[in-house]
Amino acid sequence: MRYLPLTEADRAAMLAEIGAPSIDALFADVPPAAQVKGLFDLPRAMGEIEVERALSRLAAKNLPAGAAASFLGCGAYRHHIPASVDHLIQRGEFLTSYTPYQPEISQGTLQALFEFQTQVALITGMDVANASMYDGATSCAEAVMMANRLTHRKKAILAGDLHPHYRDTALTYARFAGADIATRSPHPDVPEDIASLVSEDVSCVVVQNPGVFGHVYDLAPLAEACHRQGALLIVVVTEVVSLGLVKSPGEMDADIVAAEGQSLGNALSFGGPYVGLFATREKFVRQMPGRLAGETRDVEGRRGWVLTLSTREQHIRREKATSNICTNSGLCALAFTIHLALLGEAGFTRLAAINHARAVGVAEQAAALPGVQLLTPTFFNEFTLRLPRAAAPAVDALAARGVLAGVPASRLWPSAGLDNLLIVAVTELNTDEDAAALIAGLREVLR
Amino acid sequence: MSIVKYTRDHEWLRVDADTAVIGITDYAQTQLGDIVYVELPTVGRRVEKGKEAAVVESVKAASEVYAPVSGEVVAVNDALSGEPGKVNADPMGEGWFIKLRIANSKELDELMDEAQYQSFVEGLH
Amino acid sequence: MSEWSKALGGFAHSGAESATISGNRGLQIEEPLLFDQDMAGRSGVDLPSPPDVTERLGALRRERPIGLPGLSEPQVVRHFTRLSQKNYAIDSGLYPLGSCTMKHNPRLNEKLARLPGFADLHPLQPLATVQGALELIDTLAHWLKVLTGMPAVALSPAAGAHGELCGLMCIRAALDARGEKRTRVLVPESAHGTNPATAALSGFTVDAIPANERGRVDLAAMRAKLGPDVAAIMITNPNTCGLFENEIIAIAEAVHGIGGYFYCDGANFNAIVGRVRPADLGIDCMHINLHKTFSTPHGGGGPGAGPVVLAARLAPFAPLPWVVHDRQGFRLVELSDGEAGHALGRLKTFHGQIGMFVRALAYMMSHGSDGLRQASSDAVLNANYLLARLGDVLAPSFPGPCMHEVLFDDRSLRDTGVTTLDLAKALIDEGYHPMTMYFPLVVHGAMLIEPTETESKETLDRFVTVMRGLVAKAEAKEGAAFGAAPRFTPRRRLDETAAARKPVLRWRPAAEPSKAAE
Repeated sequence: MRYLPLTEADRAAMLAEIGAPSIDALFADVPPAAQVKGLFDLPRAMGEIEVERALSRLAAKNLPAGAAASFLGCGAYRHHIPASVDHLIQRGEFLTSYTPYQPEISQGTLQALFEFQTQVALITGMDVANASMYDGATSCAEAVMMANRLTHRKKAILAGDLHPHYRDTALTYARFAGADIATRSPHPDVPEDIASLVSEDVSCVVVQNPGVFGHVYDLAPLAEACHRQGALLIVVVTEVVSLGLVKSPGEMDADIVAAEGQSLGNALSFGGPYVGLFATREKFVRQMPGRLAGETRDVEGRRGWVLTLSTREQHIRREKATSNICTNSGLCALAFTIHLALLGEAGFTRLAAINHARAVGVAEQAAALPGVQLLTPTFFNEFTLRLPRAAAPAVDALAARGVLAGVPASRLWPSAGLDNLLIVAVTELNTDEDAAALIAGLREVLR
Repeated sequence: MSIVKYTRDHEWLRVDADTAVIGITDYAQTQLGDIVYVELPTVGRRVEKGKEAAVVESVKAASEVYAPVSGEVVAVNDALSGEPGKVNADPMGEGWFIKLRIANSKELDELMDEAQYQSFVEGLH
Repeated sequence: MSEWSKALGGFAHSGAESATISGNRGLQIEEPLLFDQDMAGRSGVDLPSPPDVTERLGALRRERPIGLPGLSEPQVVRHFTRLSQKNYAIDSGLYPLGSCTMKHNPRLNEKLARLPGFADLHPLQPLATVQGALELIDTLAHWLKVLTGMPAVALSPAAGAHGELCGLMCIRAALDARGEKRTRVLVPESAHGTNPATAALSGFTVDAIPANERGRVDLAAMRAKLGPDVAAIMITNPNTCGLFENEIIAIAEAVHGIGGYFYCDGANFNAIVGRVRPADLGIDCMHINLHKTFSTPHGGGGPGAGPVVLAARLAPFAPLPWVVHDRQGFRLVELSDGEAGHALGRLKTFHGQIGMFVRALAYMMSHGSDGLRQASSDAVLNANYLLARLGDVLAPSFPGPCMHEVLFDDRSLRDTGVTTLDLAKALIDEGYHPMTMYFPLVVHGAMLIEPTETESKETLDRFVTVMRGLVAKAEAKEGAAFGAAPRFTPRRRLDETAAARKPVLRWRPAAEPSKAAE
């Protein structure tokens, strides 16, 4: 077996050194009733050829988004990843290294994390960021927990425009941590007014910008309303490319930003692994969950990096930790860092501009279709259409023709009366042909 | 003359009339290593004997500091936020944590004196 | 004098003879931060001009620059290549980290995870277009259920700690459904920190159980702590001392007897995979670290995946979504109504760490039932070989054979002036990543060594030679050399005290002062 270096001769020599008659003898502590004698009922070992054949067969049963005209968003976005990214993250020193607990031999990972933390702070307009969370939703749930710790309050308000998966994740975490979450219904037609709901027992308000339907919000008034009551404003961003064109949450006075970094460097991969971004103000740094890379010097006075403020974390603080997170999303964070390094200021802002412009073009064409209404007057690269009939069957019909037309709202809100709504995302990868196929397809199925 | 008392959790307490100054002992700071941060309570807070009053962090550990006696916090050592190393350098002097107005002086009787604390520490090895 | 400044004073700096003009040392390049290589307007990605449209941003267009540096593609490639050269990795050498299972990460896994039919699937595509992906998830679930003997598995947790949270939340949900409020969870003193942290996050109080002199859970002490308010016990098996909990069936029976649940931390599953069915030990749920037992790469700190196998009585509470196979094919249950009426809500977005599932399944299929059995056998053999060859110079903490990892403590270093930490730093100079240090907390100066099955006997023999040599040096009182280690690494010992006292967590442009903590 290609991954097992020991030969039978090795095993015999080692057993002799140990003084055991067989490997089975080393398992003597296992209760006899629990020792499985034969092999489990699973296929036997396979070489690369057979494994590749079997898994390629499974892959071939799927329609890759790139083989269709694809307009799916809602928390995961199809962007171009420069060829260098994948090569660099597969260097063995990045791919197969461990968490940088021994800083002397992990400066590569630590410097990259420091750069990642800086990039996240810059694009979100905040002071500090951590070295990543599992995804945007867990980042959001942890932000709510952090707000509760900071304010000594238990009640969070979640906007109706928050992605339902983020809402549900926060609810799950809160349920067992004894916190209280007030959710609001989605309302794609009109902007929400949460400011009036912020009372002095509220720990935080969680909003998404751009919202899940696409609306772009000015959050400064809401931030002020929160701060007047001693509550925190948490802003969720599911499409980080928007930060290249839209005013950042930091500039609008957010306290915590919980975002999904998948758009940069990370393939869609049917939903994971992704990378959660978490950024906040410097005054809150000791309550921030997750790992942190910090700058310092070595004994020769040279600049280097270490994991720091670890005493907040599970391996030291144990039951009093800020979070239980251990493994996070290191390699995905690295992919994000490399992609954003390649883009730079000029590339990132241009990428965002292209996304918005292409989305505007498609939205205008769609709004011109008979019976179709554009619900979001403002948006970045994702907008919502009200169709004259149910969106899900239309989407299924179009999928059969190679057009992935968008996410029907009923997929995310099955019984909120939003069945006619279709959420459409457009990126730099959507061509004019894609747009034409979408418009023609919609015209056809809505006839 | 002020009386110094000790707890089994390695806190010291220096009493002067109805006020007590509290910190951690030299043994505690040696065990913790370089102190990096001290989380102190707000002035005015009431603390209860045996309950958490502060948290002290080193690079490798974080430790609760329990109130040796009940009382009201009248002052905290703000200098520690910029220079937590004072706790290592001078744990019973400049490294003090909290000043309390003692609520119940009978609680002092339950604490160890210097000799008792020294033999307690020796017994730990 | 702080410990760190003592280390600084203890030896001379590198000296003039090894100084270079550039500061570089051969292949080790001093690489500045990205932000210090900025040229305005430069980019490593060619993008067309955006089409000319009337913007619809509602006056929320960003006005201020972000401050990202501009680099070309060659610069970025060189930057990250140089950074990678400062890292140790499994691909470079032995990583004897206890409970981390640093086994070889096969590249076949990477190739297959990148097939467009897996990598280029949007999670919200119509289900008819992703039947292969759902079948992949179902197949992985099948392997995990057969290997553990458990009837159900929750696949969405993104890492081991996330899986622990999932398991404890399922237990709480089950208790809620029974109308019972139990607040205590029993956790061995030797447990990994995530265990008590997770218990606290799930709303429980943690009660520690001591170990006996054989390094296992003290059954009598555990029984004494049981009561009607105990929700669960969390046991790692084999435990963090590398020992199989031989009384585990009695432990399970005792906990079940008072109506509690048995959570098993599966971080050490590599010791028994293919040989023991955890279901036969009486567990109710167990998380599995795909990035440990099933070879998905550690990536410098993730991503991982932590699926949780569940007993029938906990299965109804598994978090959404569920992958279900019926006559119409595969479907996703995304709502907690009907069949999933008791399901915990979500633990994250979408369906789970699918990219890691492809990798883990490729690995499982490569090994097969026979290969997996051989893998755990060799893992345990390798660890016992190290115990046999080092047990006379290092102090094994507990008697008898170990499982896939061996625990030593620092008794052998007593009176040498050399600590476990010093030994570890010296090991770095010898070209090895140190073993796990100071964990578990139940022994002093712990050294936990897990070689895994993908290390050859030759590698282990060389490691033994070095370890024996270092212990001999320590005993010969050559302590100063240890204090100076590591000397040959891209950076030497770093000042962690300063990093924590005055945290600098990002680069800032020269003009902008750091904001003072308010």
